[in-house]
Amino acid sequence: MKAIVRVALKKTVLDPQGRTISAALNSQGYAAVRDVRQGKYFEIDLADGLDRAAAGAQVHKIASDVLANPVIEEFAVEIRD
Amino acid sequence: MKFGVVIFPGSNCDHDAVYALSRNLSQEVVEIWHRSEDLCGVDVVFLPGGFSYGDYLRCGAIARFSPVMRSVKRFAASGRPVMGVCNGFQILLEAGLLPGALMRNRNLRFICKTVRLSVATIDSPFTNRCRPGSVLAAPIAHGEGCYFAGGDLLDRLESEDRVAFRYAGENPNGSARSIAGILNEGRNVLGMMPHPERACDPAMGSTDGLTVFQSLVAAAVPVL
Repeated sequence: MKAIVRVALKKTVLDPQGRTISAALNSQGYAAVRDVRQGKYFEIDLADGLDRAAAGAQVHKIASDVLANPVIEEFAVEIRD
Repeated sequence: MKFGVVIFPGSNCDHDAVYALSRNLSQEVVEIWHRSEDLCGVDVVFLPGGFSYGDYLRCGAIARFSPVMRSVKRFAASGRPVMGVCNGFQILLEAGLLPGALMRNRNLRFICKTVRLSVATIDSPFTNRCRPGSVLAAPIAHGEGCYFAGGDLLDRLESEDRVAFRYAGENPNGSARSIAGILNEGRNVLGMMPHPERACDPAMGSTDGLTVFQSLVAAAVPVL
C-alpha cells in the first residue's frame, strides 16, 4: 500500500517561487500560463494489508503534524493499493 | 551566569555564539549536543543558526524532534529564557514555542549583510538594557527569513507588545510588518533572524549585539 501526499502553500500565501516560474514560462512564449504554484510530493510506502481508512487517517496525521506546516501550507492525501 | 548553546547536526553558528558569550560577555558557556536531554543546569538556552538537518523538509522541521527539544520545551514552560537565532528561530516556530512561520525571502535570494534593527520593546529579558526605540546594527544571513503570520496574529503580537525587533528602513526579506524578532506570550522565548552573536566583538564591525546578551545577564540579577 502506498500513500501519496502533496503539499503546497495555501492559496492565500504568496508563492514567490511559483510566481518566478510563471514569469519565466511567460517569457518563453507560454502565454497561456496564468499562474504556477510550487509544492512538494511525498510517496510513502506502507505495510501491506492495512485497513484503508486507518491508513488514510494515519497518513493524514503524518501530513498535518510533520510533512506540512499548517500555518502556511495545505495538503492532500491519496491512498493507493 | 551559565549559557547553554545547543548543537544540532548542521548548526554552524554555534561557535560564534560560544565565542561571543564566553569571550565578549565573559559568561560561562556549555555546549549541548542535540541528543542530550540534560541541559546541564544552564540559566539560558541558545539555539544557534545554521542548517540543522540540511534544512530537509522545511527549515527546523526535523530539529524540533531532537531529544534536547523536549527539555527545551520544559525549560521554556518554566519561564526561563530561550533564545533562537536564524535557524534557531525557525526551530522554535516549528516546535510551536513561537507562533507564525518563516518563508523563502521575497526576492528568493540568500541575503548576507548587516542590517539596522529597531528595538520594538524593552519589556523583555532580552532587550531590557536597550534604549527604547534604539537601532542596533547586526548581520543577517538567511534564505528563509520572511516572517509570515495571519493578520489576526500580527495584530495580537503588536497589541501584546511581543514584536521584539523590526528591520529599520529597508525590509530585506519581505517579513510581515518588517518583523525581525518576536516573543512568546510569557516573554521568555525570543526568536530573531538577525545574529546578535556576530555583533559582539569589535573585530566584527559592530558590538551592538552585546546589549541583547547583557540584558539577559541583567534580567538574571534579582531586583532588590
